[in-house]
Amino acid sequence: MKSLQRILAIIRKEVRQLSRDRLTFGMIVGIPVIQLLMFGYAINMDVRHLDAAVADLSGGAAARQLVMDLSQSQIINVVAQASDAAALESLMRQGKISVGIYLPPDFERRLAQADRSAVQLFVDGSDTVVQGAATQLAQVAQRARTSPYKDRPPVVEVRTFYNPERRSPVNTVPGLVGVILTMTMILFTAVAIVRERERGNLELLITTPLKTPELMLAKITPYVLIGLVQVSLVLALGHFLFHVPMRGSLLDAYLVTLVFIIANLALGLVISTLVSTQFQAMQLSFFVLLPSILLSGFMFPFAGMPRPAQIIAEVLPLTHFMRLIRGIVLRGAGIGELAGEMLVLLGFIAVLMTAAILRFSKRLD
Amino acid sequence: MTDLAIRTRDLGKRFGKLSAVQSLDLDVPRSRIYGFLGPNGSGKSTTIRMLCGLLTPTSGDITVLGLSIPGQAEALRLKVGYMTQRFSLFEDLTVFENLQFMADIYTMPRRQQRDRIGRAAERYQLALLLKQRAGTLSGGQKQRLALAAATLHNPELLFLDEPTSAVDPENRRAFWESLFDLVAEGTTILVSTHYMDEAERCHSLAILDRGVLVAQGSPADLEKRIDASIVIVEAEHPRRVGKLLDGLPFVQSTAQIGNELRVMIDIAEKEPAQAVRAAIESGGLGLDKCFLTDAGLEDVFVAATRSRRVAA
Repeated sequence: MKSLQRILAIIRKEVRQLSRDRLTFGMIVGIPVIQLLMFGYAINMDVRHLDAAVADLSGGAAARQLVMDLSQSQIINVVAQASDAAALESLMRQGKISVGIYLPPDFERRLAQADRSAVQLFVDGSDTVVQGAATQLAQVAQRARTSPYKDRPPVVEVRTFYNPERRSPVNTVPGLVGVILTMTMILFTAVAIVRERERGNLELLITTPLKTPELMLAKITPYVLIGLVQVSLVLALGHFLFHVPMRGSLLDAYLVTLVFIIANLALGLVISTLVSTQFQAMQLSFFVLLPSILLSGFMFPFAGMPRPAQIIAEVLPLTHFMRLIRGIVLRGAGIGELAGEMLVLLGFIAVLMTAAILRFSKRLD
Repeated sequence: MTDLAIRTRDLGKRFGKLSAVQSLDLDVPRSRIYGFLGPNGSGKSTTIRMLCGLLTPTSGDITVLGLSIPGQAEALRLKVGYMTQRFSLFEDLTVFENLQFMADIYTMPRRQQRDRIGRAAERYQLALLLKQRAGTLSGGQKQRLALAAATLHNPELLFLDEPTSAVDPENRRAFWESLFDLVAEGTTILVSTHYMDEAERCHSLAILDRGVLVAQGSPADLEKRIDASIVIVEAEHPRRVGKLLDGLPFVQSTAQIGNELRVMIDIAEKEPAQAVRAAIESGGLGLDKCFLTDAGLEDVFVAATRSRRVAA
């Protein structure tokens, strides 16, 4: 009972302080909305007029017709002619083109054969937008296939460069939930405690009967709610603006997010016990944030990373959350099927909370 | 229970190579204001923090209100109040919210909270400020709020770490009146200061210098027991007289106060006034007056800290 009164007192104080700190309050809503719109704009960007080069080794009329069809789709602008496949690759490496069209010498014969693709499309996979274009181009090219083989296999074989895992736009939004939470949750808690240390509040608090676990618990509770608000914002905007589906259960999505939020908050608490100034807290938060974004699978496919990077990624909560949220939102998986990842996150919480409570001493030395 | 609120034996604290407090023996009686007097860096704050269990001593024993510290520090927290050197309440909360927060932390029931906060507001003239944010209060108001918050749970023992550094004389006076009210109700107060006028008000004093206790007793007692004679000199050229006297072996120190020189003379000198007069005249400088006077607390402080400097 006494514990509860003290915990509630801290929570009430935190909420009051937060509601008076306009900038932080604005960040709670502003960060997810702005980030989602920013990313969403990139996701939604019309694929038009990509610079392309053609290596036409067949020289036939059918090949010329296909290139013309592709140009008319307005997806590409043919800006250069290349002599062979190597020249196309070279142009792409230099960043002069995003798409390369390779028409082999036996193009017309391949077109008539049912079991072979006739055109190779080189796509710069380092740009998400370009990838989407490949699909559209492939559809245009399909019309070149002479009947009766109209159905398949495809005329165009797409080779994606630099990014073997083709991320679809919807893939980004669930991942963004994780990135935003990592960004805000770790920083908020770390700063919340360090700020009190800097202002001298903590010296007063530790001379009171307040217990360390009470302080820790009370410190993270308001931020759990804030995190859930942020998730709701991102998922709702993602759904209504960018048509991100919710294939799994919404409850499952919230449940894994809740666990992920607590893991991040616990990490923030640990950081707060390691640093003595808000500036250091920010530095250390970003030290966690950057590998989270780069290694968690949000930016690059996990499978393609070298072993050491994978090992580092496994100890980042975001990696596990990424698998959970994508599984639930995009593949319609249930928590039961992803229990392993969930257990890892719960393990993070247990370890981090213990570390934070042990490291936070009610002493000054 | 003993009649001592605080008892330490051979208390010491080192920070790396720095010895902040050395073999400190303190006996602080109950229901008294006990002062720590010392310059900055003399170990006042370190000692207070050790006494309330915030710092672990490197050596020695501490008993506070019958509890062994730091082992029983958690039990002690309910019985003590601590006012930190810096204002450490929440500047973005109102006066009332701060008091309510502290009342909750000490798990007072709602009704008791209302009573205590009401009484504290009246006692420390905060009634009109209850809805004001603490960050917008003046130095004196902040200090009254801090005292109200530190005493809300009626602690038996109150630690005040340089409580009046940011406060004007009038507020300081009122503050000390409140402290005596608390003592009259049975509270023991331990206060650190580097102001002589504050030290003068304490029932009992410990003078600290670079981590060492150099004198202990009531202000009057300390003034009586001082190891020096004080001579006042009035002269036409006090700066030149001062320079001359500083060079003499039996003069411990000189300090100019207005047109007067306050000269501290070695206790071994049997006729201090005559000796000073003779020295000035033989130096070819004129003087108007030269007489013996009673020592003040500042003299005690200078004598106590100086003797260690010479020894060192």
